Amino acid sequence: MALNAFKTSNILIPQSSTYYQNKLLIILVFLIDMNVDRITEKLNILADAAKYDVSCASSGSKRKNENKGLGNASNGICHSYTEDGRCVSLLKILLTNHCIFDCAYCVSRKSNDIKRAAFTVQEVVDLTINFYRRNYIEGLFLSSGIFKDADYTMERLVMIAKKLRTENNFNGYIHLKSIPGASDELMREAGLYADRLSVNLEMPTEAGLKLLAPDKNRQDMIDPMTFLNKEIIQRTEEKKLFKKAPMFAPAGQSTQVIIGATPENDQQILNTANHFYKNFNLKRVYYSGYVPVLADKRLPGLNTAVPMVRENRLYQADWLMRFYGFKVNEIVNNQQPLLDLDIDPKLGWAIRNMQAFPIDINKADLQLILRVPGIGVQSAQKIVSARKFARLNWDQLKKIGVAINRAKYFITCKSNDFERRDLTGTKIKQFILAESQSKYLKNVQNQLSIF
Amino acid sequence: MTRLIYDGTFEGLLTAVFEVYDRKLIQVNLQKNGNANSAMFEDVLQIITDDIRANRVLKGLNQKLSANGVQRIYIAHLSEMENEENNILGYIRYAFDSKQNIEDNYGNKYVLRISEIVRMMRREKHRMEAFIRFQKLKDETYYAGIEPDFNVLPLLIKHFKSRYADQKWMIYDIKRNYGLYYDLHDVEFVSMEFSSVNSPGKVVAAFGEDEETYQHLWKNYFKSVDIASRKNTKLHVRHIPKRYWKHLTEKI
Repeated sequence: MALNAFKTSNILIPQSSTYYQNKLLIILVFLIDMNVDRITEKLNILADAAKYDVSCASSGSKRKNENKGLGNASNGICHSYTEDGRCVSLLKILLTNHCIFDCAYCVSRKSNDIKRAAFTVQEVVDLTINFYRRNYIEGLFLSSGIFKDADYTMERLVMIAKKLRTENNFNGYIHLKSIPGASDELMREAGLYADRLSVNLEMPTEAGLKLLAPDKNRQDMIDPMTFLNKEIIQRTEEKKLFKKAPMFAPAGQSTQVIIGATPENDQQILNTANHFYKNFNLKRVYYSGYVPVLADKRLPGLNTAVPMVRENRLYQADWLMRFYGFKVNEIVNNQQPLLDLDIDPKLGWAIRNMQAFPIDINKADLQLILRVPGIGVQSAQKIVSARKFARLNWDQLKKIGVAINRAKYFITCKSNDFERRDLTGTKIKQFILAESQSKYLKNVQNQLSIF
Repeated sequence: MTRLIYDGTFEGLLTAVFEVYDRKLIQVNLQKNGNANSAMFEDVLQIITDDIRANRVLKGLNQKLSANGVQRIYIAHLSEMENEENNILGYIRYAFDSKQNIEDNYGNKYVLRISEIVRMMRREKHRMEAFIRFQKLKDETYYAGIEPDFNVLPLLIKHFKSRYADQKWMIYDIKRNYGLYYDLHDVEFVSMEFSSVNSPGKVVAAFGEDEETYQHLWKNYFKSVDIASRKNTKLHVRHIPKRYWKHLTEKI
């Protein structure tokens, strides 16, 4: 049965006879070889099934290496990058791809005829520790298909995290999936061992979920999030009072929504994200462009391209909400429910709000400077630091890291040279697009307002 | 114009700063030993590294700058980039000659240049923290060979010591022929006979018994997580430039 791998450690070697020892060793080596093949196969199946979960963050925790144990978790490191350019930071696997659910968008769904496999608890522990010691990874991201029921599955995920922390003194990063429907008791235990927990909302709206995952219930996903959010707030308070109080999911919660499998527009998606950032203190919402893996009449066809540009624009909008002080309805609203695909959402906002510009770089508030296309968070902070010494000119702004070819339409500085023409937003967009060589430019079509 | 020639050490650089102020030099050109091009009508001053003088300069810098600002000077020095000495010297002189702390004045060309060099160094340090691949040897030491663009080994000690506290490890800079060795207590600088580091065959022969298994599993994992329909080679290579590939288990 797939669930039981060979347990070579259970074979005892008699100490007395070298002859038998040698013979047994040969058998052992044979068993280990088979074991390697079997584990390789499992790893291939269960890493392949886990890869559509896009989160690979290993940052935001502050777990230290205590008592000369193994590892720590703080800022996050991408140890490698896949050929599609995504970060490889964690050993991201499913415990098993056996699943009792039949979600249309998922490769591991019950009715899909694929190879199934399952790791034992010890196998996951060994892989994690040995990969970590070689500096391949920052830690473990463990998810699972639902076998038997939610609690049974969650219990096994928690067991692995517990074993890593208590028996192996492992302080690297652990991200566990919260299995919808798991009991509060298990979720509490998970929070004690994991750095981050996440529940995937899967579809941006409840209607979308009903359509593609009829067995799943949105409330079941929200319940563990609500519970963990309360618990995290409470534990953080406790930790302020008692330094020795144990850490509880120090890297918080995150979630993922699939983009382009159902007809939600960007306004709906970003409003959902905003709702969860505000009410559940989520650290991240991930947007995963739907990769057609299955033929199903409810889904886009198998030859549909992955909506990579749209995904990218959603992340840019997400960043604007979290780091640039934008409100969600400034980015998308009823007049503007879709993000532009040909320009980024910050430039989009700027050309719709020309009345806010130009701003004087040597006087304006940091909050306003952050809204200028072509100026990022770091450049904005450097500008604010540097202008205390002397007013800045174009050349200095350029060296600080400002993209002058975009910013020049929106700012003035210590120079007589600035944009004097009264340009419309549309004109500016044309100028900027003509000058830039966007990686997306050749295959851009704007989104249709009707799905 | 006075040409100052120093020995390439940090103390030597600080001693040069001392001389500049001691002799009230205005126009100077600071160069490493050996890099010196001679020009006519120039005074040449050979700097003799002096720890006491260097320490006085360092003490002065600590009064003018934050710990972070002083650290930047050291990191910029470690970069060993050619002909950047005069920018480092410019930064130090600007710090000494100003009443207030100048380290955040990004409008100044020296401050800006030092921050650029520091950014390059930090990126390389971060890359090493990511791209180092340990190989477990028979004696339970985890060994990694690296060839970083800049001399970042001294900056790696803290990270690897606190992370891998319970295993012996060695990180060896093959280009600069020296390395770090952690013996479960302390990290020390070591240097090996060149031939023994340079042949990958010898390292393979010294592998611990499960080393090849885990390398094999890691390579498989790397292949399995790729999503072919999202292939983006340009992005891939931007993240992992090709010059790092030869030491990356998954790219060999």
